[in-house]
Amino acid sequence: MSDEIQVFVNGRAVAVAPGTVVAAAVAQAGETAFRRSPLGLPRGPLCGMGVCMECRVRINGQTQCRSCQTLCEMGMKIQTHD
Amino acid sequence: MTDQPFRFEVVIIGAGPAGLAAACAAASSGKRVALIENTPWLGGQIWRGEEAHPASPQAQKWIQDVRRSSVTVLGNTSVIAAPAEQTLLAEHPAGPREIIWEKLIVATGARELFLPFPGWVLPGVLGPGGLLGLVKNGWPIAGKKVVVAGAGPLLLAAADGLKKRGARIVSIAEQAPRAQVMRFGLQLMRHPAKIIQGLGIKKRLMGVPYRHGVWPIKAQGQERVHSVELTDGQRVWTEECDVLACAFHLVPNLELPRLFGCRVSEDFVVVDEWQSTTAENIYCAGEPTGIGGADSALIEGRIAGYAATGQSEPARALFAERRSWHQFRAGLAALVKLRPELKNLAVGETPFCRCEDVTFERVKHFSGWREAKLLTRCGMGACQGRTCGAASQFVLGWGVESVRPPVMPARISSLLIKNNRPGS
Repeated sequence: MSDEIQVFVNGRAVAVAPGTVVAAAVAQAGETAFRRSPLGLPRGPLCGMGVCMECRVRINGQTQCRSCQTLCEMGMKIQTHD
Repeated sequence: MTDQPFRFEVVIIGAGPAGLAAACAAASSGKRVALIENTPWLGGQIWRGEEAHPASPQAQKWIQDVRRSSVTVLGNTSVIAAPAEQTLLAEHPAGPREIIWEKLIVATGARELFLPFPGWVLPGVLGPGGLLGLVKNGWPIAGKKVVVAGAGPLLLAAADGLKKRGARIVSIAEQAPRAQVMRFGLQLMRHPAKIIQGLGIKKRLMGVPYRHGVWPIKAQGQERVHSVELTDGQRVWTEECDVLACAFHLVPNLELPRLFGCRVSEDFVVVDEWQSTTAENIYCAGEPTGIGGADSALIEGRIAGYAATGQSEPARALFAERRSWHQFRAGLAALVKLRPELKNLAVGETPFCRCEDVTFERVKHFSGWREAKLLTRCGMGACQGRTCGAASQFVLGWGVESVRPPVMPARISSLLIKNNRPGS
């Protein structure tokens, strides 16, 4: 697809379709855990609706972004386990 | 960054069905109307993905009506506080915004209810509605084995949507006993469109085991879920899955109406026939007044939009239709009545508050939310108790305490806007 958007998940290039949210790009990159809980347990999105905050990642340097409610943009740098 | 506040005659919070309908109705008065939405798209959670990939004609109609109207859409904008009378403080990626309103319509929708059980914190355990939303926004699901479990019609709608997109639905477990589901089915006779919709889903899910009176008791896995234990109260069995899509129907998003001082009774915002709340000049429409689905929300939104702009005749003309959808809403509430066994799924070491990793053992003896918060940090993490607070109401019978701003995690700079503005 010509209108694909390239983003970087933990430094790895991933090409996604327009309308893809960051959480989906992270999943497409093969990551299952997005972050660790205070006790170090793996966590990923739960609610998918911007409520539970389990999908938080760093986007272009900005910490604590809700990846389930943020659309991918060209060149976006996404960091899990922030 | 904005130093000048935005001023509108009518401000609507939430661009789901209720908010879209309210915006159109209010704009028909010629007044200046703003629609605030915390996602980048219109349609809320139920009509997610409709802007990028149109599927529902109903969603298309309302989204396009708003896009073509004079309504100012403030997307990517989360309301975090109400710092003064008729004033909202909101966050936008470019900076904070102050929005001043004369009439306010709250259409904040609902979220899924999650109940703690062993393994519910594993990656791969998601709400069925939330998962479908993510899938519409590119989450990879093709070829994945999905067990769908919990309560309510969203289980079937999600299973259908996931299957269409290539998921392998292992089974669907509805906690309600068969009789409870049948009663709801009979009530649908009044809403033929819902029956047709239901039959379509049933046909497309042919061959997928759908079980009444079955619920999950444990999700298993290390780094992610790989299987789920289900029970019918007699037998326990295990089903392998890549994803467990599990939630126990919906709960309304009441943080903002509570913050604005709207009276809440029996878990819903109290409104009169004009959708007016007990707070002056504030209206409410859709799920926060009672979980009724998109059709009910559309009617309530239109009534609120007309009423807030003094158009009482077109509002009144919709009362009969609203009554009909409220009957549907009552039937839905009976369908999703949760079985008491679900209160006992968490064991001692199950994380109850996910944000702060507070176990069930540590909170179960407290008499209320406040005590648990003070002594364990339960509900004091990033979600501000949205997940465990809703669970605690059902599991432990705790009430909700007052809401404090900011209602969402916010940047310090956003909270300083008042002080930054010249003359304040």
